[in-house]
Amino acid sequence: MTSEMNMEEKKMIKATINGIEVEVAEGGSILDAARTVQIKIPTLCKHPDLDATGACGICVVRNKANGRMLRSCCTPLENGMDLLSEDAEIVEVRKTVLDLLLSRHPNECLTCARNQNCELQTLCADFGVRRETLPNIVPDLPKDDSTKCIVLDPRKCINCGRCVDVCQNMQDVWALSFLNRGIDTRMAPAGDISLAESPCVNCGQCSAHCPTGAIVEYEETDVVWEKLHDPETYCVAQIAPAVRVAIGEAFGQPIGTNMEGKMYAALRRMGFNAVFDTNFGADFTIMEESAEFVKRFTKGEGELPLITTCCPSWVDFMEKYHSDMIPHFSTCKSPHEMLGALAKTYYADKMGVDPKKIYMVSIMPCTAKKYEIRRCNDMSSSGCQDVDVSLTTREIARMFKQSSIDFVNIPDGEADSILGDYTGGGVIFGATGGVMEAALRNAVWMVTGKVPEKPEFEAVRGLEGIKECKIDLAGKEVRIAVAHGLKHVEEVLDKVRAAKTSGGELPYHFIEVMACPGGCVGGGGQPYGVTNELRSKRAAGLYKCDTECAQRTSSENAHVQKVYAEFLGEPLSEKAHHLLHTHYSTKRAYQR
Amino acid sequence: MAEQTLVDDIAIISKRWKNKEGSLIMALHDLQSRFGYIPRDAALELARQMEIPLARIYEVITFYHLFKLEPPGKHVVSVCMGTACYMKGGEKLLEKAKETLGIEPGETTPDGEFHLQVARCLGCCGLAPVVTINEELLAKVRAEDLENHLSACKGKEEGKGDAS
Ligand code: SF4
Ligand code: SF4
Ligand code: SF4
Repeated sequence: MTSEMNMEEKKMIKATINGIEVEVAEGGSILDAARTVQIKIPTLCKHPDLDATGACGICVVRNKANGRMLRSCCTPLENGMDLLSEDAEIVEVRKTVLDLLLSRHPNECLTCARNQNCELQTLCADFGVRRETLPNIVPDLPKDDSTKCIVLDPRKCINCGRCVDVCQNMQDVWALSFLNRGIDTRMAPAGDISLAESPCVNCGQCSAHCPTGAIVEYEETDVVWEKLHDPETYCVAQIAPAVRVAIGEAFGQPIGTNMEGKMYAALRRMGFNAVFDTNFGADFTIMEESAEFVKRFTKGEGELPLITTCCPSWVDFMEKYHSDMIPHFSTCKSPHEMLGALAKTYYADKMGVDPKKIYMVSIMPCTAKKYEIRRCNDMSSSGCQDVDVSLTTREIARMFKQSSIDFVNIPDGEADSILGDYTGGGVIFGATGGVMEAALRNAVWMVTGKVPEKPEFEAVRGLEGIKECKIDLAGKEVRIAVAHGLKHVEEVLDKVRAAKTSGGELPYHFIEVMACPGGCVGGGGQPYGVTNELRSKRAAGLYKCDTECAQRTSSENAHVQKVYAEFLGEPLSEKAHHLLHTHYSTKRAYQR
Repeated sequence: MAEQTLVDDIAIISKRWKNKEGSLIMALHDLQSRFGYIPRDAALELARQMEIPLARIYEVITFYHLFKLEPPGKHVVSVCMGTACYMKGGEKLLEKAKETLGIEPGETTPDGEFHLQVARCLGCCGLAPVVTINEELLAKVRAEDLENHLSACKGKEEGKGDAS
């Protein structure tokens, strides 16, 4: 169905808000309608990614015809409505909602991870809340940092319901829920256990959607400062693809601006001995993964479809809920793990540094990478832990701010040339469809001996939850699916299961999954305020960077080829298997 | 609780309610009648068999006060509040039970000996007012006798005489 037909089918609703005419497609809320004419009605529970629940009650507007107040987030606009977004009483109601929330909220702004970035704090500032009008009774609930990826502080929860909706419906994990009811309602891991014992896959999407400091990343900046100040430690860093196009937001830069040059320079000033780029690791992942695919596809060695494994939340989800798919999983480690292993072997050897002294800091858009670095023994393939700590974009932005660096104006620096150069194939890893596109480019090269003339595979790009397409690989049809947001996984896997049971034709040969909607650009550790518009703009930043690369296919990375020639041999060699691959096992969703 | 019995017990419940609209509450009722409360491993097994996330099950259990997550006291005292029992002094009996045990319906005494609950009609209205202590049915109970009945079972094993 074309969008034009869609427009025709959908009736348009006309009304006025504050005397301004508005028009939205039938079913659209008053809140959405208002936004189209730059009327910004405050909300605390409604998020653009999520369905309205009307939980917070701050978004009330008045229907002038009968004087009634309506919750604009969950009331559809009706023809001829005459609405008012503000009057004295509405403002009073909004202030009362804030008063009530504050009466159960700790007064801890100055020491809160969301200070200056909190939707509740901002509204209190905007509405000039100057004193507490009600006695402050904060529920006595403990923090939960059991995952060491995200931290729950239920005292700061305002019961907006976003995280529960995200975890249950967007991610289909069902780790979070509400317990009890009425005044006793509280957000808690399913069945009131610790989050680490729950099915949580550490994606951090709950933290990305929480309006307050009730769910935040597990902060590890202190230990990195300690290592940077220790002369005995050889500190190295690597930057994930998606970080460079998002970190600028923390410094007031336009969304999608590529800040990699600033990051390289700032990291060096902070004292890192070497600055690598995870894009280089991504080129390696592609070399290994496309070799794996071509082996399964052309030689029939191993199960098809092949499923990508760069996303640790997805890996954890699969091990807990879809472990029948283990034979389909690529054994490739994710890019930063490959790079970590190479840094502590190949690089250490080349530079004459004791690998035990190397401290590898991964800078990731992701909270789950904090879990991944200790996922299993394979993550210590170099003899010590390959990646020592994984920081989120939000944490590194804070470190830059702490280190007296004028981040926006610092002259661009460069990555180290060993383990730092990358191709366009490496940088697009950060967007949904990017791993698939990079792998396809390389598969074409492997099968035909030539890199694709047109490197773009547009069909796998964009924010559609499940993208399917067929690609011609040297005369053979390759069927592909790309899913992002874990709720979309089951549909894809069920098709595979059905075909396997019936013995019918496989629906796909190659599947990419990323847990976060939009892929890593929308990761749980990225700057706050994620929406589809933001995801698209960050992804556009990556695709722009791709087109600016002289080489677009991972095999063209001369340094990658050099590491193979000098150290690893060839893709899927025994050494490559030892350092760059891993294995999976069935896990219980509930630890108790 | 032996693993296999648990799986079998719950299979009966889930077979009865699986894939029926809004049946989770009924399944939980069955579960609670079976165990006297909702043990965690039983909830997990029910989640698995009915293909309902555990999160949803706990949302329901904690939303409705009648579901219990803790094992009730050793002796479950049910005071019938069906119409007949109510008419014949059930309310006085409940007051007496509350006073003697020092707890409200739905609560368990701190020593874990008694759990007090209100029962709907027990189907023996001719014997009203009725109180049950575990499986034992006390007919035409008078408030002044209730205390004796209660102290008689203190220290006894659940539901049985101390003969064995
Ligand atoms: S959650 Fe927001 S309002 Fe609450 S303490 Fe933190 S910054 Fe302040
Ligand atoms: S990190 Fe992801 S899986 Fe874990 S609670 Fe948050 S949304 Fe759910
Ligand atoms: S933890 Fe945050 S997102 Fe979840 S209900 Fe509480 S305030 Fe809302």
